[in-house]
Amino acid sequence: MALLEIKNLSVGFDTSVGLFMAVQGIDLTIDSREVLAIVGESGSGKSVAMLAVMGLLPNTATVTADKMTFEGRDLLTMSDSERRKIVGKDIAMIFQEPIASLNPCFTVGFQIMETLRQHTSLGKKQRHERAVELLRLVGINDAAERLSAYPHQMSGGQCQRVMIAIAIACNPKLLIADEPTTALDVTIQKQILDLLMKLQERHGMGLIMITHDMGVVAETADRVIVQYKGRKMEEADVLTLFENPKSNYTRALLSALPENATGDRLPTVADFHMEGSP
Amino acid sequence: MSEIVLETRHVTRDYHVSGGLFRPEKVIHAVKDANFKLEKGKTLAIVGESGSGKSTLARILTLIDPATSGELLIEGQPVDITKGLSKEMRRKVQIIFQNPYGSLNPRQKIGDVLAEPLLINTSMPAAERREKAMQMLLKVGLGPEHFNRYPHMFSGGQRQRIAIARSLMLNPKLLVLDEPVSALDLSVQAQILNLLADLQDEFGLTYVFISHDLSVVRYIADEVMVMYLGEVVEYGTRAAVFDNPQHSYTKTLFAATPKADVESIKARLARKRAAA
Repeated sequence: MALLEIKNLSVGFDTSVGLFMAVQGIDLTIDSREVLAIVGESGSGKSVAMLAVMGLLPNTATVTADKMTFEGRDLLTMSDSERRKIVGKDIAMIFQEPIASLNPCFTVGFQIMETLRQHTSLGKKQRHERAVELLRLVGINDAAERLSAYPHQMSGGQCQRVMIAIAIACNPKLLIADEPTTALDVTIQKQILDLLMKLQERHGMGLIMITHDMGVVAETADRVIVQYKGRKMEEADVLTLFENPKSNYTRALLSALPENATGDRLPTVADFHMEGSP
Repeated sequence: MSEIVLETRHVTRDYHVSGGLFRPEKVIHAVKDANFKLEKGKTLAIVGESGSGKSTLARILTLIDPATSGELLIEGQPVDITKGLSKEMRRKVQIIFQNPYGSLNPRQKIGDVLAEPLLINTSMPAAERREKAMQMLLKVGLGPEHFNRYPHMFSGGQRQRIAIARSLMLNPKLLVLDEPVSALDLSVQAQILNLLADLQDEFGLTYVFISHDLSVVRYIADEVMVMYLGEVVEYGTRAAVFDNPQHSYTKTLFAATPKADVESIKARLARKRAAA
């Protein structure tokens, strides 16, 4: 049984000029121990689709799907309180801007322990021990002392490590990482990606990487979904996608990589005829 | 040998962090002894991670901040901003910032954004200013219908085009680009890089291109300078730096850059299978 299974997911937003469809008919499955990358540019609906899974979209959004199950349980008909038991525990998410997604008013230790208090029956002392363990796991030195640090006292890379610590606090079965390294330097990016892959392997998690960076895809994914303007353009395993891309859009994305430049000019998506592409 | 547009000799910049009652004052060497020469029409890329001093150097080159010591020469003339600057000199260097959302006034129409440098720096009449602004708008690939719109009505890539247009209004010689494509999507990034290459040819511009993305640098740069903790650890032509990096930090940087070629993916998948 697939860990997460989605069939024909659509998300629309009510706007002043009518309904805007951000996601149109996306199918997606992921098994445990699998790394799935969702690639696309801004506006392709890659984040919105995952926020729909998490139930984090605002009221203006309408989510419809033929099927949306996590471990066989229907996420669509589930009550809010039931869903809250899953989200944050079995499905966790890491967001793009680590500094903006931590609460500046509380210490990182408090924020890690908050998740544990919500989802586990650990006592205060155990929560503290687990928080230290988690910080050590994500590679922060002097973990015990850093628990009392505030987000502004840490660097972007460290804040992202804290976010990861919060996300994996309850050993999730599925981790969704939304552009986890976009705001970071390449050397820090490498460390964070290595850490995510190590944790994914050790805990046998399913990992969904949302990104627009083909390099990140190449370094992490088993399977890739390419999305454009709310629709799925292509789905393939990572090697096939890079070796033999099927859709025009994927070819356009790959040739826009500066390292693939052949002539003087970089081809852009507009150079590829998008009409009628699969 | 062609004309040298930009030259620095032993440029350093220190920041003083004032101490508290029990804390001694601290000096941070943000840039240590930067030396380079840049010819007209060429692109120098400055690479480094945050805290490496590359933006500090950019501020010195753009005549925003003075250097603590050392000499800065623009078109062979020594420049010292602490002793004041001629308008002529101000016009020669322009900067484009990373965040196109933050560098445009949200309450100013695009036409006014572009005409403002002319209003401040020249005595051109209003009609001529508008004319020039319109020409530049078309040059960077936007349309006449954009002239009276506000910044929020544009996408990130379009805003970066506006920022580029504004920087070119005074016919500068040198353009400092501080991470101009870092905030943009891949395909938009390609469009902006193409635009920059076209403009460089057309106006004979010299670029100082600051970036942490090595694949972009490899594409656009003629010369590459790698900075680490304020120090220039590597400086040479693109081929020399990319094919034969000398400093261990440069090597680390190359190793950390994700590789998107098929061979690397195969190698990774093989490693993964072996570990499983």
